[in-house]
Amino acid sequence: MSRVLSLALGKVSGRGGPSMLESGPGGSPRKVTIEHLHKTYLTSSGRTVALQDVNLTIGKDEFIALVGPSGCGKSTLLRIVSALIRPSKGKILIDGQPVLAPSNEVGIVFQQAVLLPWRSVLDNVLLPAEILKLDMGKARKRAYDLLNMVGLSGFEKRYPGELSGGMQQRAAICRALIHSPSMLLMDEPFAALDAMTREELGLELLRIWALEKKTIVFVTHNIPEAILLADRVVAMSPRPGRISEIIEVDLPRPRTLDMEFLPEFKSYSDRVRAVIGHA
Amino acid sequence: MANPAVAPATDAAEFEDEIIVDNRKLSMLDVAAPFVTFVILLLVWEGAAVYFSVPSWLLPAPTEIAKAFVEWRGELWYHSLVTLYETLAGFALSIVLAIPLAVMIVFSPILRKCIYPLLLGLQSVPKVAIAPLLALWIGFGVLPKILVVFLVCFFPIVVSTATGLASVSPAVMDLIRSLSASKLQTFIKIRFPTAVPHIFVGLKIAITFAVIGAVIGEFVGAESGLGYLILASSSQARTPVAFAALVVLTILSIVLFYLMELIERLAVPWAVNE
Repeated sequence: MSRVLSLALGKVSGRGGPSMLESGPGGSPRKVTIEHLHKTYLTSSGRTVALQDVNLTIGKDEFIALVGPSGCGKSTLLRIVSALIRPSKGKILIDGQPVLAPSNEVGIVFQQAVLLPWRSVLDNVLLPAEILKLDMGKARKRAYDLLNMVGLSGFEKRYPGELSGGMQQRAAICRALIHSPSMLLMDEPFAALDAMTREELGLELLRIWALEKKTIVFVTHNIPEAILLADRVVAMSPRPGRISEIIEVDLPRPRTLDMEFLPEFKSYSDRVRAVIGHA
Repeated sequence: MANPAVAPATDAAEFEDEIIVDNRKLSMLDVAAPFVTFVILLLVWEGAAVYFSVPSWLLPAPTEIAKAFVEWRGELWYHSLVTLYETLAGFALSIVLAIPLAVMIVFSPILRKCIYPLLLGLQSVPKVAIAPLLALWIGFGVLPKILVVFLVCFFPIVVSTATGLASVSPAVMDLIRSLSASKLQTFIKIRFPTAVPHIFVGLKIAITFAVIGAVIGEFVGAESGLGYLILASSSQARTPVAFAALVVLTILSIVLFYLMELIERLAVPWAVNE
């Protein structure tokens, strides 16, 4: 189907092909299995259950949106998938292998751009390539391509302080993609941006995803954003954080902003709203 | 010119830009005002000294200080160089020892627990009071002065460097951890650049302390330096010379401070421009 077609296109475009990585399986797409995942915190004031028995299978090249009110554990889940924190119980398998340490097959985008102020935009994008000791000549070329793709060409030598919030977040997305990870984890990446920039960046993300297929887990508390972007919306509810429903979004791709006016869109959004329990 | 005191006209016939003053830029008034005030104060001082015929050994008039400046320029130059040498040598020594110590404190939790509280405790010891002891142990040469300077500079640099190295935001740590960066990579690419603006805060505090430290070292017992010159000339009732030395000392202190600020601007343009 269309997904297969896009995958083929991604390979033809050759931008983020497996050749980018000197080691490892390269840009091969991955399947993520989350089994009976729990996360609890113990403090002097008692025990907090952040996640309770979370089960989820994320398909290869799938775009998943985790949506829910604050405190539902969606960011915690993302941080466990990225191996930044450990689960209290349960496991996460990527292609059947348990996740033990952060992998260079993963790119992460945070709510804040987290650009280093002393590095130019280009050098910020190149940071993962330096740390992972990739071929810097190829990485530099890819950085220029990525910055061009998000409309930041001409800004390579600028410093983050000179950029708007939206431009900074674009640069952060390029940084997450520089080493051609097969999985992109995004923790409320557009939450700090204004509504218009947010929509613009969402569509841009879809365009990039169409060019370079990868598994994307996108955390948000914005329901229309989740529906517009994702293949499946995983609705979570708080106290204790758990998955209350998984909603398959059957809107055609490429998605456009005016789809928000479709009756299907409204019914999806009503359903999500109903399950996460705030009208 | 737009005058805010005048009630604004609701109907502007002529096109008129509202002038936005850039606060970072110094206007002519900003430069001239303190200068003019300074000159007026000097004139008042001069006038009072002449009118009340204050003896020169008690409070010399500015012209007498200027005269001492010219007559004693050779001595002032020589003693300035001694004090400058002591200041810079002590300052450099403290940088060389304080920054590595701060790195060790940040990297080793055990070392941090053992040393850091002691360091903070030692910082409250008045270093000035140690100067006579240093003279007792090492004598009256240049070395004890350098050590006093070292002692007063050391703590601000250690504390600011350690604070800076530990001030990497949790978000940046997440980013760097997600890439499985080694400790060395984290230090070189993240921690140290993050710390540099903090280190400069410490260096700027230290350089002003440094001059004071050198003078105090000279007060305790010396044969040269501006502190010695002030002490010697005031004990011989050559007060204009003491004042001239004081002026040189002030200028030295200001120049060193702004030199540090210039180096900071060159080294960390991103932090200064924020």
